[in-house]
Amino acid sequence: MATAAAHRTARTQAAAPAGEAGSTAAYEAVFDASVAADERIEPRDWMPDAYRSTLVRQIAQHAHSEIIGMQPEANWITRAPSLRRKAILMAKVQDEAGHGLYLYSAAETLGTSRDELLDKLHTGRQKYSSIFNYPTLTWADVGAIGWLVDGAAITNQVPLCRCSYGPYARAMVRVCKEESFHQRQGYELLLALSRGTPGQHEMAQDAVNRWWWPSLMMFGPPDDESSHSAQSMAWKIKRHSNDELRQRFVDICVPQAKSLGLTLPDPDLVWNEERGQHDFGPIDWTEFWEVLKGNGPCNDQRITQRRQAHEEGAWVREAAAAYADKHTAGPTEEIRGSADENGKARA
Amino acid sequence: MVLSHRLGEWAGHAPVLEEEVALANIALDLLGQARVLLSMAGDEDELAYLREERAFRNLQLVEQPNGDFAHTIARQLYFSTYQRLLYAQLATGDGAFAPLAAKAVKEVAYHQDHAEQWTLRLGDGTDVSHERMRQACDALWRFTGEMFQPVEGVDVDWEAMRAGWLESVTVVLRRATLEVPEGPQSGAWAAGAGRQGLHTEPFGRMLAEMQHLHRSHPGASW
Repeated sequence: MATAAAHRTARTQAAAPAGEAGSTAAYEAVFDASVAADERIEPRDWMPDAYRSTLVRQIAQHAHSEIIGMQPEANWITRAPSLRRKAILMAKVQDEAGHGLYLYSAAETLGTSRDELLDKLHTGRQKYSSIFNYPTLTWADVGAIGWLVDGAAITNQVPLCRCSYGPYARAMVRVCKEESFHQRQGYELLLALSRGTPGQHEMAQDAVNRWWWPSLMMFGPPDDESSHSAQSMAWKIKRHSNDELRQRFVDICVPQAKSLGLTLPDPDLVWNEERGQHDFGPIDWTEFWEVLKGNGPCNDQRITQRRQAHEEGAWVREAAAAYADKHTAGPTEEIRGSADENGKARA
Repeated sequence: MVLSHRLGEWAGHAPVLEEEVALANIALDLLGQARVLLSMAGDEDELAYLREERAFRNLQLVEQPNGDFAHTIARQLYFSTYQRLLYAQLATGDGAFAPLAAKAVKEVAYHQDHAEQWTLRLGDGTDVSHERMRQACDALWRFTGEMFQPVEGVDVDWEAMRAGWLESVTVVLRRATLEVPEGPQSGAWAAGAGRQGLHTEPFGRMLAEMQHLHRSHPGASW
């Protein structure tokens, strides 16, 4: 609240030179000062166009990832091996739809609309996280997604809770709470498998083998190839570089894998005493770029299902809109209804 | 449990994001209710995953495939209206189901409201949605009679339930500019069939999918 008030003051002050030449520079100065002071930028505040568009891109991609990310997990809802696990998985997929909703709302504060963003997703003009282009082949994949994919997402997203754009930062606080809950559930699922029958253990190890590298790719390209990083860090949208976060994630996962009784599929993974961090093997960036270009194992399937759900649901959305048009009065109609009754009663 | 499973099939396929949330929410409520009921009878997973089709006692209505959104809503309207009346009666009694019913009646009130709101929107929306909703209500009508077949050990006034249900559904359908379907609510075969373990063909495939993994690892815990 204090921050918002400070901003209003700042904006009023900045408004003084408005209309004169150089007013943009004045706005920019206020914006830069706010960012430097770690204040939150709010929807009505002035912001550079590039800041706005990079946020729309990032928040939309984040929202799309939540929505597409429902598919690989939903793939196992009907086959979950116990009712407890089924309930947990359903709740998780429901949370993801909820996260998508918050994030689309956050994006809308920047002057776009959910319909517009969905259209961009459906036509391939906006992306979603490359990780969801991998298939869930066994039940253990649900656990590996929870532990590794949600784990990587949290490592990426916790710093976003301090992102300079207020609505995004606030959405992330809520998202991160739920994500860390999901991550623990995924870990616990894998632990049950790892300690279960030999068949279950094998299933868990196989899933971790398949999801480990794609999870490391979730942090994005190496720092020297990341096109948006420098600007995003200057604007305090991002707080850490891709490689920093990736390293942090590896260091967190190694002891967790050990306590799970599972190995990570990297022969070069070793503790580096000097750095106080783990060294790890090279990532297959060719695969990363191929998946990003649309050539991953499930790119077509994911986008086709999303488009299909949207197209097949069109008549339902049209019905809701037509109904709303007929009954725009809503509550007023009720009042009119009772007035008619009263009228009749009087007559 | 069966209806919850069917609703779970919608995940990732719903017409709007809000419905992803709503359908999953209803599915979760129903699964929660099922787990309490199954645990009263034995081990929930054994009962869910190791019984065969003929040993299931669910209504044929709830095992019907999702169809389009209108079919899902019609099934939900018929069933949640029934469930609300049933739980309301059970909640006031002092039978074994009273505590479950007292909690569940609040959940199914939400389910019923959700189904009614969509029945209105589809029925009184566009020509296309009206026609789809009409077809859905008609198609599922013959599975509704089964709901009012007395169940042993469940002490409710089944005739009062039937009357209350019909009245409630009639009001909603009329407001949605739809007719109450004509024709019998059940044929000789459907009447009480589900309760005797006699199901419709899609149910076996549903169970095959649901039970496959659990059955592939006998004795494992998850």
